[in-house]
Amino acid sequence: MLKFLFTVIRRDVLLAARRRGDWLTAQFFFVMVVSMFPLGIGPEPSMLRTIGPGVVWVAALLASLLSLDRLFADDYRDGTLEQMLMSPSPIALLTLGKAIAHWIINGIPLLLIAPLLGIQFNLPAEALWMLVLSLAIGTPILSLLGSIGAALTLGLRGGGALVTLLIMPLYVPALIFGAGAVEGVLSGTGSEAHLSLLGAFLMMSLLLAPWVSAMALKVSVE
Amino acid sequence: MIWESWQAFWAMGGYGLYVWGSFGMTLLCIAAEVGLLRRHRLQVWRRLKRMKSWDTQ
Amino acid sequence: MNLYHYASPSTFYPLAGKLIPWFAALAFILTVVGLYIGFFVAPTDFQQGEGYRIIFIHVPAAWMSMFIYVVMAFWSAIGLAWNTRLSFVMARALAPTGAMFTFVALWTGALWGKPMWGAWWVWDARLTSELILLFLYVGVMALQAAIDDPRRADRAGALLNLVGVINVPIIYFSVTWWNTLHQGSSVSLTRAPSMAQTMLWGMLIMALAAWMYTIAVALSRARTLVLERERQTEWVRAQLEGQP
Repeated sequence: MLKFLFTVIRRDVLLAARRRGDWLTAQFFFVMVVSMFPLGIGPEPSMLRTIGPGVVWVAALLASLLSLDRLFADDYRDGTLEQMLMSPSPIALLTLGKAIAHWIINGIPLLLIAPLLGIQFNLPAEALWMLVLSLAIGTPILSLLGSIGAALTLGLRGGGALVTLLIMPLYVPALIFGAGAVEGVLSGTGSEAHLSLLGAFLMMSLLLAPWVSAMALKVSVE
Repeated sequence: MIWESWQAFWAMGGYGLYVWGSFGMTLLCIAAEVGLLRRHRLQVWRRLKRMKSWDTQ
Repeated sequence: MNLYHYASPSTFYPLAGKLIPWFAALAFILTVVGLYIGFFVAPTDFQQGEGYRIIFIHVPAAWMSMFIYVVMAFWSAIGLAWNTRLSFVMARALAPTGAMFTFVALWTGALWGKPMWGAWWVWDARLTSELILLFLYVGVMALQAAIDDPRRADRAGALLNLVGVINVPIIYFSVTWWNTLHQGSSVSLTRAPSMAQTMLWGMLIMALAAWMYTIAVALSRARTLVLERERQTEWVRAQLEGQP
């Protein structure tokens, strides 16, 4: 079981490492979206500090959505996915592995870039740490819930925009708790409650999402 | 009757725009939904009838 | 009484055809009664003046918008569990009406908010959740519209619907939480503690009318969907002889 999971993750990460162009697009998208906000709003430091956490978090949502529509699509096109679905291992493990791989490829780089973007927004060191921590708990949620959308829209015309439409509303709790945690540090009201709620949401997604996206895959492929 | 005149009724104590704006939009939405539904139903009906006539020919 | 008997499209179609006029008539009568109570019996609110009369559609629309989403999820779950075609049709037939009520709730909320709060839109927990609910409806409908194969469209929409219904309480909780933390700028939504009896009655009757309307419209939409999907069968061909 675990071996199958690791094989899925390893395969996807290796494939992504070979196609670095695709992978970098989402990261640069993240950086650019965040950098557009000061240009649109103005460089006033206290204002930037207020909107910083929210902007970085929203950009993280968008960046993760951007890379989602390819989650199953490449394997679907060359027929590997159908082979995988026929293997005796549970499909939920396959979708879980895919989601974890998506997080390793797209989520972890976001964590590393986020502090730099936070500095642009004048966030103090403590808030930067919290930003990384909240993204560390939050981005797996984005990958897990996103896998449902990717499975549902597999092979459809305009799949990318459609995934965004389907999944964005489901991201709302993660956004609120995640950006709220950083906000809590800035305003001094504390962020433990936010982090625990974010953690609870992660646990729930971890339990349910792979299973739902497995069902969605079956619906889409049959 | 709690209204002194029709004029008072339409004015809604100064809230006329908001109250009638709400009820008007609701009416519009319902009319649009029912109208679209009827149109769609007739379209489907006609299409199926045409398909059937092709079969029997 | 055999439920499977009524679940077959060929029995459902004429039965729904007979029921629709009754529900439509009930909806009409209840609306007239509700509006009469709302506009001519219910007294002026001492705090909000006549502007409060918007709640006679706002509250029923908001109730229906949430209720329909849950009913859709119920049909979706039944469809996925027992593979009954008609449940998927019902789930699908309800979605546009639910979205319509959500929009009406938002629109009337904005028109109520302008005189009461001084702003068309306030990021109040309830308004925000309602907006996200509208997004959820749009998501389900867009997904179903994008898939050509009806079998796949049904199932995919049902799954998304179920994921949404699990998420709705979490979203509502998170939005309320977010709202209480940012209370500074927004206005609190405390209404007069006791509502006049007639106001409550007007609202309940309007809610019942909205309910009847929903049943009538959803049945009618379901009928058209059934007709389209079963076009190859004998009974549809026989139906086509009559009037639409």
